[in-house]
Amino acid sequence: MSQYRKGFWRGALAAAAVAGFATTAMAQSELKIMAPAAPGGGWDQTARSMQQALTTAGLAKSVQVTNVPGAGGSIGIAQFVNGAKGDGSQLMVMGYVMVGALLTNKSPVTLDQTTPIARLTGEYEAIVVPADSPIKNAKDLAAAVKADPAKVTWAGGSAGGVDHIAVALFAKAVGADPTKINYIPFSGGGESLAAILGGKVTAGISGYGEFESQIKAGKLRLIGLTTPKGTPDMPSLKEQGVNLEIANWRAVVAAPGISADQKKALSETIDKLAKSKEWAEILKQKGWDDAYLSGDAFAKFLAEDTNRTKEVLTSVGLVK
Amino acid sequence: MDAFFALAHGVTVAIQPMNLLFALVGVLLGTAVGVLPGIGPALTVALLLPITFKLDPGGSIIMFAGIYYGGMYGGSTTAILINTPGESASMATALEGNKMAKAGRGGPALATSAIGSFVAGTIATLGLAFLAPTLVELAVKFGPEDYFALMCVAFVTVSATFGDSPVRGLTSLFIGLALGLVGIDRLTGQARLTFGVPELLDGVEVTTLAVGLFAVGEALYVASRRHIEEEVLEPVRGSLWMTKQDWKRSWMPWLRGTLFGFPIGALPAGGAEIPTFLSYSTEKRLTKYPEEFGHGAIEGVAGPEAANNASAAGTLVPLLALGLPTSATAAMMLAGFQQYGLNPGPLLFAERPELVWGLIASLFIANTMLLVLNLPLVGLWVKLLAIPQPWLYAGILVFATMGTIAAKPSVVELTMLGAFGVLGFLMRRFDYPIAPVVVGLILGPIAEAQLRRALSISLGDPMVLLQSPISATLLAIAAIALILPFALKGMNRFKAQED
Repeated sequence: MSQYRKGFWRGALAAAAVAGFATTAMAQSELKIMAPAAPGGGWDQTARSMQQALTTAGLAKSVQVTNVPGAGGSIGIAQFVNGAKGDGSQLMVMGYVMVGALLTNKSPVTLDQTTPIARLTGEYEAIVVPADSPIKNAKDLAAAVKADPAKVTWAGGSAGGVDHIAVALFAKAVGADPTKINYIPFSGGGESLAAILGGKVTAGISGYGEFESQIKAGKLRLIGLTTPKGTPDMPSLKEQGVNLEIANWRAVVAAPGISADQKKALSETIDKLAKSKEWAEILKQKGWDDAYLSGDAFAKFLAEDTNRTKEVLTSVGLVK
Repeated sequence: MDAFFALAHGVTVAIQPMNLLFALVGVLLGTAVGVLPGIGPALTVALLLPITFKLDPGGSIIMFAGIYYGGMYGGSTTAILINTPGESASMATALEGNKMAKAGRGGPALATSAIGSFVAGTIATLGLAFLAPTLVELAVKFGPEDYFALMCVAFVTVSATFGDSPVRGLTSLFIGLALGLVGIDRLTGQARLTFGVPELLDGVEVTTLAVGLFAVGEALYVASRRHIEEEVLEPVRGSLWMTKQDWKRSWMPWLRGTLFGFPIGALPAGGAEIPTFLSYSTEKRLTKYPEEFGHGAIEGVAGPEAANNASAAGTLVPLLALGLPTSATAAMMLAGFQQYGLNPGPLLFAERPELVWGLIASLFIANTMLLVLNLPLVGLWVKLLAIPQPWLYAGILVFATMGTIAAKPSVVELTMLGAFGVLGFLMRRFDYPIAPVVVGLILGPIAEAQLRRALSISLGDPMVLLQSPISATLLAIAAIALILPFALKGMNRFKAQED
């Protein structure tokens, strides 16, 4: 990182202190959090929100966020695994997208090399259609996909990402051939939302937050969420007979080769963070669901999701 | 008239002293980061988000808008003075602007860019205030096939950046198109031409290429010529300010640039680069002084600069009306809105009118502040050119390197910067134009992705390109633009034979 930005940060932190964010005397440790993505994305926002909550709640004396963008996190994790080895003060934000990206990019570094700490947030996927579409519910969409998967066009995020995987799982769940899906990747949510609103595609898929205001304004119709259980307003796919459950989760991992004590200290800090009222407030503001899961349970979840993802990506031909 | 009253109310929000202060801080920060290549407005907003968290939502969003407009101004200053485009949208400005600066006309070049940005920003903000809902309906109708057709128009018109020889121009363009293939294929997720280097998976960064070719290449070229013939730079020749003729030659390009910039900026995948290229080539075709193009024609600065700023206002149309962020900075502003629990989109105008109209009003104010700030600085900026050449170019190299590392801290990125610098040097040495390389890198991947998306949606039927009325019209324009020059040339020859 250049001197300029370091300087910028110091200035920024000083300004933060002036603005009344000063940390209390309780703070004990210094932390570094890497967001393996460019500023502004979900991982960056997660890292910066953690920074904000950790310092305001007095759980850390200072928290520095660094950005290492590139290739769905493949660049960041390589740097993290090599550079932070044995360092108990470093964390990296990651998420479901990284699981897929590491597989499709044939990354030499894998998640097994990091030390899993905890899953923090999750966002369920939503499937929508334009308001004037003849498709009214998940049953109609399932019938259309079953009749000819190639004729149903889907707009979503990058190839091999969570949206793509969810569509493949949808096809599988309704008994269609997942290799035949017609998935059209767009860069960034804005562009795919425009394609859905403009009626260029049959359906769209993304995190619910991306579509929320359009659904409320009546421009998009919500077909279903990938939650286990929905509400009358927001039905889940599962309740409509499509067995599909997936969430775009975000988590933190620590460096490889840290001692058991170091791991315990980090886990405790993150545990306090996840239970703090500052964090709860951020989750509410950003519309993130609390998906806190720590320790061995998280490690097990990570291994399972990696296997499932590998299977799906192989079935759609992205991983050979 | 509702919009008018709402806007008047917005002005009362924007001129509150605190909000004025936020706008001022925003434009100052924006100008500063715009000057540094690599550190853009998006990064600045990202860094400020946690700080502004406890501030008043109106004030901080006004500040973000100031940063956005300020960044657009700052980028052109370095493009003109030291041939280092701060961002890809300033590239077209560097083409003529730097030539003007070298000929001692840096003052008028900076002035026409500042005033042009003001004029374009003001008109485009008015457009944002009154046309946003209509424009958004149109913008959403733009499908992949229509974007592809728009790219065809852009490809046909970029020949204006080719210099004198079409063969050399096409060679440069194809280098750019080849560089555009590097990285993960957007539609299938497969890596292309990355040679196992993970840093190449995201493709070649446009700013790295532009800064390498323009700034580093030029520094190497100047160093190599130093002992043969020393180029004497005159900081000021003639008037520091725009002459009567400069004004006469600038005002139409400003307006035309705005007409390109605002609507294309409002398209969800339009961007700021395409309107600047279109404006540049239009001005080159329409000018009464074609011999000056390539040697510092003021129209070539006025038009693209206006287009650049108008597109910045255009980007806010889908952001405010639909909640669609269509640029990195817009995405950060969206994050800023969400931080306060505000969701831009169809409901924002109805739910929080004071905020939306306050923002629009403060865009006017930010624009005026930028003009007032930048015009007096023109005299100071051109003094930069009086710095002895070895110092100036050493400074440019440091500046270019720093910006690149700030954007992407990696050895691979620096190596690429150096390699592009050498490429830029060789191309200058053997007289190949450099702008088409960058044009190819920007347009190539977009054209490819949009064409393949269109065909994917139509299940492989190419007729989709002609069935959409927008696409058919744009393709017809591209075809006419391609054939017309040849037809005219043929007619002239025919006439000459008759004589």
